[in-house]
Amino acid sequence: MITVGIDVGSMTTKAVLLNGHEWSSVIRPTGCSPRQSAREAFDELLLKAGLSAGAISHITGTGYGRIMLDFINNAVTEITCHARGAHYLVEGTDLVIDIGGQDSKVIRTDGQGNVIDFAMNDKCAAGTGRFLQVMASALGADVSELAALSRGAEPVEISNMCTVFAESEVVSLLAQGVTKENIIAGIHRSVARRVAAMAGRLGLGSLVTFTGGVARNAGVKAFLAEELGAEIHVVAASQLAGALGAALLAREMAKD
Amino acid sequence: MRPETMRIVDDLRDQNILNLEHAKRDNQKIVGMYCAYSPKELVLAAGALPVSLCGTKQEPIAAAEKILPRNICPLIKSSFGFAITDTCPYFRMSDYVIAETTCDGKKKMFEMLKDYKPMHVLHLPQGTNRPGALKWWTDELYLLKSQLEENLGVEISRESLRKAIKLVNKERLAMRKLHELNKVDPAPLSGLDMLTTLWMKGFNVDVEEGIELINQLAEEVEEIVRLGASPFAAGTPRILLTGCPVGLGSEKVLRLLEECGGSVVGLENCSGFKTVDTLVDEDEARDPMEAIAEKYLQIPCSCMSHNEGRFDLIDRMIEEYKVDGVVDLTWQACHTYNVEGELLSRRVKEKYDLPYLHLETDYSTSDLQQLQTRIGAFIELLNRRKA
Repeated sequence: MITVGIDVGSMTTKAVLLNGHEWSSVIRPTGCSPRQSAREAFDELLLKAGLSAGAISHITGTGYGRIMLDFINNAVTEITCHARGAHYLVEGTDLVIDIGGQDSKVIRTDGQGNVIDFAMNDKCAAGTGRFLQVMASALGADVSELAALSRGAEPVEISNMCTVFAESEVVSLLAQGVTKENIIAGIHRSVARRVAAMAGRLGLGSLVTFTGGVARNAGVKAFLAEELGAEIHVVAASQLAGALGAALLAREMAKD
Repeated sequence: MRPETMRIVDDLRDQNILNLEHAKRDNQKIVGMYCAYSPKELVLAAGALPVSLCGTKQEPIAAAEKILPRNICPLIKSSFGFAITDTCPYFRMSDYVIAETTCDGKKKMFEMLKDYKPMHVLHLPQGTNRPGALKWWTDELYLLKSQLEENLGVEISRESLRKAIKLVNKERLAMRKLHELNKVDPAPLSGLDMLTTLWMKGFNVDVEEGIELINQLAEEVEEIVRLGASPFAAGTPRILLTGCPVGLGSEKVLRLLEECGGSVVGLENCSGFKTVDTLVDEDEARDPMEAIAEKYLQIPCSCMSHNEGRFDLIDRMIEEYKVDGVVDLTWQACHTYNVEGELLSRRVKEKYDLPYLHLETDYSTSDLQQLQTRIGAFIELLNRRKA
C-alpha cells in the first residue's frame, strides 16, 4: 500500500510518500499559498516516484495549512503526526520536542507514538524558527549559519522572549560590543530554556527526540541537552517527522 | 437532532430587550449584575428586575483600552467597554448596579464604572472557611439590602425575601435538571445549546416564564433521550469545560471543542453548573438574609483561597457525567484561574488519569488557528484512548 503525508507548515511544506519500509520526500517553501505549495509538493513527489495519483491509497494532511487542502482524504493535527513520525524515526521516543516555523511544542507519548499530553507555545513567535530568523537577520546572518557561527561561544543572557523586544535587545548588545557569536549562543540558549520549561511541566521522558526545522540547529540542540539534562536525539530527517507521521496515519486509515 | 424549543431560546435576546423596555416604561425598576455572587433574591424581593450585564463580546474592548490597561482580562475590558460606550441595553436600562470585589482588576475597574451608574460594590471575604467569613458576608448583604431600599425607594420584607428564595431555587432546580440530562451518553443536548439556554435566562424579565421555558426544553430533551437520539455519534469524547466564565460572544473555545469532534457535556463554570449546584435554605426559622449569604458564599470561584469547592464539584462532575477529558479555559491575565489551573491539572491527571487541556486566550479571533490545533490534538488523543 502506498500512502502520502503532507505537512503544510508556516514556512515549509513537507511531503512524504510511504511504500512499505521505503519512503521518499519533498521539501519546498510554503510561500503565500499553502494549497498551491501542497499540490506542487504532491505532484513533485509523484513525479519522482514515477507514480500517478491513482496509485496512492490515502493522503493525510497536517500542519497549519491542513484545513485548506482539497485533495487529501483526511486531516490530522501536527501534534499527533509528530508523535507518530518521531517514534518511527527514533523508536521508543517518549518525549518529542518540535520547534517549527511558527510554534514550538512538547509532546509526551506512550513510547509507541501515541500522544499522552502536550504543551504548545502561545500565539506569538517567541522561541520558534521565526524567532531565530528575525534574530539572524538582525545580526546580518542567515538562519542556517547560526549554529556554526556560535560554536564554542560564551552565551550572553538574553532576557526578552518576545521577538520584537529581543530584536532590540540584540541591537543594544551589539552596541555594547558583545560579539555576534556570544549573542547567537545566548539566543540559542533562550530558545532551549523556553522549551525546556514547557517540557518540565509534562515530565521528562526517557528518550527525547527533537523534530521540526529548528532541530537542524546544533546550537539549540546542545543547549536543550544541557537544560533538560538528557540526551537529545536528532535524525537527518527530523524536519520530515510530521509528514512521515501523516503518511503512517494515512496507512492506518486506509486499512480501517 | 436539535430541540424545537431552542428556536424560542435563540430569539430570546431580542424578546428580552423588548420586554425590558416595556417593563421600564411601566416604571419597573431594573438592577444590573455582573457576577454570580450578586444575590438575585434581594433584587426580586425589592420588586425590581435582576438582569445580567454585557461583558462577553470583543467589540467594546478597544474603547475600554483607551482607559484601562491592555493587559487585563477581556471580561473586565468588555464589561467596562460596553458600559462606557452605552452599547449594552441592559446597562442603559439599569437603575442600579450590583458589583463585587472578586478579582483585583474588577474591583478597581468598578471604582471608575461607578461614575456611569449608581452602584454598590459588595466586599467578598477572601475565603469561605474562616470563622468570620459568613458573618462578614451576611453583613455585606445587609448593607446591600439597605442600599437597594434607599436607591429604589422600597422596603425589603422578610416575606418578600422568602418568596424570592423559593422562586430562584425553583429556577436553579429547573436549570440543574436540564444540565443533568447530559449525563446520558451520547449527550442529548449540545454544549453550545446548553450554554445558550443557561445564558439567556440571565436576561429574562419574568423568572416564572423563564422556568416554564427551561422545563419545556427539558421535557423535549427527555423525549430525545427516550428516542435514543443525540446530536453526537456514539463514542464522541465527552468533555467537561471549566475555568473562567463563558457566555454568548465568548464561546469560541466551546464551539471549537464541538466543531473538532467533542461533546461538551458539562459546564462547570459560573455560567454553568457552579451556581445551581446548591440552593438557598428555605427553613423559615432562619434569617433569610443569612440563608442567602450562606448559599452565595459556597460558590467555588478561583478568587477564593482555598477554593476546594471547585475541585470537589469537578470530581463529582467527572464521575457523574462520565467525562473523557477536562478543558480548563483561562481568559488572558486572569491570574486566579491561571494559577489554579496547575492544581487542577495535577488533580485530574493523578486522581482520574484523565487528559487535561489548559487554554489561555482572549475574546479575539486572532488565535483560532492555534486553538484549533491544540483542541484538535486533544480530541485526537481522547479518541485514541476511547478506541
